[in-house]
Amino acid sequence: MTAGPTTDPRAAATGPVPKRRGTELALLGFAVLITLVAQLIVDLTITGAPRADLATFSAWFAALWAVAHLVVRKWAPYADPLLLPAVALLSGLGLAVIHRLDLAAEQIDSTVTREDAPVQLLWATLGIALFVVVLVVVRDHRMLSRYAYTLALVGLVLLALPAALPASLSEVNGAKIWIRVAGFSIQPGEFAKIGLIIFFAAYLVNKRDVLALASRRVMGLELPRGRDLGPVLVAWILSILVLVFERDLGSSLLLFGIFVVMLYVATERSSWLLIGLGLFAGGALIAYRIFDHVQTRVDTWLDPFAYRDEGGYQMVQSLFGLGTGGLFGAGLGGGRPDQVPVAKSDFIAAAVGEELGLFGLVAVIVLYLILVERGLRTSLIVRDAFGKLLAAGLAFAVAWQVFVVLGGVTGLLPLTGLTTPFLAYGGSSLVANFGLVALLVRISDAARRPAVPAPAPMPTLGDAPTEVVQP
Amino acid sequence: MNAPLRRVAIAVLVLFTLLIVNANYIQVVRSDELRSDQGNTRVLAEEYNRERGSIIVDGTEIALSVPTDDVLNYLRQYPDGRLWAAVTGYYSLIYGSTMMEDAENEVLSGSDPRLTFRRLTDLFTGRDPQGGDVVLTLDPAVQRAAMAGLDGVTGAVVALDPRSGAVLGLASTPTYDPNELSSHDPDAIRAYAAELDNLERDPRLNRAIRETYPPGSVFKVVVSAAALENGYEPDTEVPAPDVLTLPGTRTELENFGGSDCASDERQSLIDALTISCNTAFAQLGIDLGEERIRETAERFGIDGEPREIPLEVVGSDIGEINNDAELGVSSIGQQDVRVTPLQGAMIAAAVANDGQLMAPYMVDQVRAPDLTVIDRTEPEVLSEATSQDVANDLTEMMISVVENGSGGAARVDGVQVAGKTGTAENAGADHNWFVGFAPADNPTIAVAVFVANGGGTGGDVSAPIARDVIAAYLERGR
Repeated sequence: MTAGPTTDPRAAATGPVPKRRGTELALLGFAVLITLVAQLIVDLTITGAPRADLATFSAWFAALWAVAHLVVRKWAPYADPLLLPAVALLSGLGLAVIHRLDLAAEQIDSTVTREDAPVQLLWATLGIALFVVVLVVVRDHRMLSRYAYTLALVGLVLLALPAALPASLSEVNGAKIWIRVAGFSIQPGEFAKIGLIIFFAAYLVNKRDVLALASRRVMGLELPRGRDLGPVLVAWILSILVLVFERDLGSSLLLFGIFVVMLYVATERSSWLLIGLGLFAGGALIAYRIFDHVQTRVDTWLDPFAYRDEGGYQMVQSLFGLGTGGLFGAGLGGGRPDQVPVAKSDFIAAAVGEELGLFGLVAVIVLYLILVERGLRTSLIVRDAFGKLLAAGLAFAVAWQVFVVLGGVTGLLPLTGLTTPFLAYGGSSLVANFGLVALLVRISDAARRPAVPAPAPMPTLGDAPTEVVQP
Repeated sequence: MNAPLRRVAIAVLVLFTLLIVNANYIQVVRSDELRSDQGNTRVLAEEYNRERGSIIVDGTEIALSVPTDDVLNYLRQYPDGRLWAAVTGYYSLIYGSTMMEDAENEVLSGSDPRLTFRRLTDLFTGRDPQGGDVVLTLDPAVQRAAMAGLDGVTGAVVALDPRSGAVLGLASTPTYDPNELSSHDPDAIRAYAAELDNLERDPRLNRAIRETYPPGSVFKVVVSAAALENGYEPDTEVPAPDVLTLPGTRTELENFGGSDCASDERQSLIDALTISCNTAFAQLGIDLGEERIRETAERFGIDGEPREIPLEVVGSDIGEINNDAELGVSSIGQQDVRVTPLQGAMIAAAVANDGQLMAPYMVDQVRAPDLTVIDRTEPEVLSEATSQDVANDLTEMMISVVENGSGGAARVDGVQVAGKTGTAENAGADHNWFVGFAPADNPTIAVAVFVANGGGTGGDVSAPIARDVIAAYLERGR
C-alpha cells in the first residue's frame, strides 16, 4: 500500500480553502458604518446637531473592531466571516438605542447627568479584551474539555454566590442575581452559563454512548438507565434551586433548555426531549403553584391590560410602543421608548420595535438568526465531537435566550428578566457574550481549517527499498 | 450528531419565525387598536411633534402651531383666543381636543387620507409630516359684533348665509382662553381648568350648538308656516281671546303682561305675529293639530336629529305632546319644545331663502400644507322647509314684526330687517330670543340671538344684538 499525500479528502478535492477574512472586513466596515449613521440620526433628530464627541466615538468603535479583526486574522484565520460582523452590528445598534434613551432621559429631566452609553462602550471594550484573551489563550478548543469539571465547579460557585450574599449586595427588583462590588454590579450567572455549557459538552461527549445505548423500555419508550439519568436530574434540580434561592425564572429556563438540547444532540435520542419537556412542565406547574411571583408573571402575561396600572404596566407600554411604531417605526428619536420602564436593558427590543418599526425588529431578529445559524453550521462541520457539542450548545444558548427575551417583550411568553445579548445595556452580559463569540470563532476556525495532512506512514520493512551493503 | 443538529437548526428557525409572526401581529394587525387605546400617550406626543395645520378665517390664522425648543416641538396658539373659543375649541395635552380642533383633527394633524400622497413623499424625503389647513366660512366682523353684543351675559349667537348655509358667526358666552389649556405646562393647564370648573357657568360649553332651550315665541314662525300651508293667509282672521283656557284643563293661558291682543278677540295672522299674541297661536296650533305642526317643524330642521357642521350639533325637538292643552303650550314655543340657537338661525334662514333650508357648514376649504386646495364644501339643500309663496308671506309677516311690532330694536338704518322675537319662560328669569334676516328682499344674512335668563324681552335684550351683527356684516358691502 503506497503512502497517500494526505488523509483529508477535502484539501485534495477543492484546493486551498478561502479564509474569507476580506469578506469579514468588508462586513465589519458596513456594520461600523451603520452604527455611526444610527448615532448621527439619533443626535440630529433629538438635539439637532451631531454629538460633540462623534469623532472620538467613531474612532473608538472602529478601533475595537479593527483590533478584533486583526486578532482573528492572526489567531483564527479560518473563522466564519459572519460571526464578528453580526455581533458588531448588534452591539453598535444597542449603543445607538441606549444613547437615544440617554437623551430622552435628559430631555425629560435636565438634572440627569448619568449617561449609560459611554459605560456600555467601556464594557464593550472589556468584552473585546476578553475576546482577544480567549482567542490567544485557547488555541485549540479541545483543551477546554480537560478543565471541564473545574469549569463546572467555578460555574456553580458563580451561580450560587449571589444567593449567599445579603440582599443589599445582590438583589435588584426581586432577583438575587447580582454581585455589587466597588460601585459596579456584575451578574456572575452570565459567565457561569458559559462554564456550565463547556462542562455539559465535555461530560456528554464522554458519556454519550452510554446514554444512547443503555436503556430500558418504559411505557413503550426507550428510556435511559437511572444512573445515566442522574446528570439530567442534577441539572434540573440545580436549575430549580437557582430559581428558588435567587428568584431567577429566566436563567433556570435557559440552562434547562440548553442542557436538554445538548443531551438530545449528543445522544441522538428524542426521548430526552420528551423527558425534558415533561420535567419542565412539571417543574413549571409546581413553581406556579408555590411561588407568588411566578403566578403574577403568568397572570400578567395572559392579560397585561387587566394589570395595566400595576405589574402589567411595563408590558402594556411595550405593546403600545410596538403598536405605535408600526411597520416603519417612529424613527430613531421619534418615538417615546422611554415610556417603557427599564427600556435600556430588559426592554430594549421594545425600543427597537417602536423606533425602527417591524422592519427594524425583524432585521434584528435576522441578525441573531445569522449569528446562531453560523454557530450551528460550525457545529455541523467541525470534526471532533466535543467541538460539535460545544458549538451547538453555545449557539443554541444565544438562540434560546433571544427567543425567551424577545418573546417576553412582545407578549408571546411571560417576562423572565433575561437580557437581550449584545443589544441591552449590561456589562456582565455583554462581556460574557463576547467571550461566547470568541469560543464560537475559535471553533469555527478549527472547523473551516483544512486538516493537517497526516504524516506519510512509515514504510513497512517488507516494502523498504533493498539496500546494497558495500563491504 | 449531525442529524439532530440539523433538526435543532430547523427548530431554531421555527422559534424565530414564531417571534417574527408575533411581532407582525402586534405591529401590524393590532397596530390601530394599540394606537387608539386611551392609555397610549405616544400618539398624542407624536401629534405634538408635528407641525399642526392652521385654522383660518378670512385669511388670518385663528389657531396655529409655532415651533418651540422644548420636548414637544410645537406650541398651539390662538391669537384672539377668547373671540374664537367656541369655534376652535382647544388642543390640550391633558384634556384632549374639542370643537374644530377635534372635528377636523385628521386634517390638522396630517393623517387625513386626502393628505396621503404628501405623507408618502414625506416618507421618502424624510420631511416632518405636516398637517393641512382648514379654512372656515366665518366672518370676523360678524363674530366680533356677536361677542361684543354678548359681553356680560350668558348666551349664544349664530349667523348663517341663507343662500348657502355657510356659518358666518358662532358665538357663545361666557368664553375662555384656549391658549391656557393648550400650553406645555401641565400644572398651569390643570390650574386653569380648575378655575373654569369653579365658575357658575362653564365657558367651555358651546351654547350655540350643544344646548337646547325653549324657543318661546320664535316658534310661532313655524306654526305660522303650518297655517299658511293649510289654507290660511296673512290676513286671515283667527280667534285671539284675552285669556285662553287650555282644553281639558282649568289652566288659563295669558298674553304677555296679561294684555289683550285685540279688542274684539279676533286678529289677522300677521297682526298676531307682529305683537306675538300667545292665545291666538295656542288656539291656532290646537286647530291645526299636532301632526301638521310636527311635520312642518321637521321640515325646518326640528327633527331631533344631531348634525355635524362639522362640529357636533345636538338635535332640536318639539318634544312629546300628549293632548291639546300641551299642543297649545307647545305652539307658543314652551312645553317640551327645545331648540339650539343654530336651529333658530336655520328657521330664519329657511324663510329667507324662499323656503329652501340649506345645510349649515363651517368649513369652506381644506388645504394641503403647500396651500393647494384638496377639498371644498359644496352647499347642499337640507330640506324644502316650505314653499316659496309661504316663505314670501312669512317674510311679509316678519318684516311687520320689526317695523311695527316687538322687534323694533332690530331695525338697521337703510336696510329692511325681518325677524321674530321670543321670550321663553323657564325655571329662572326668562330667556330672550331674536331670529331674523336682512336685507328682507334679498337676504344675505340670517341670525339668531339667544340670551339665557336675560330677564327682559326678546325685543329689548336680543334684538339690539342682532341689529349690531347685521349692521356689521352689511357694512362690509355684501
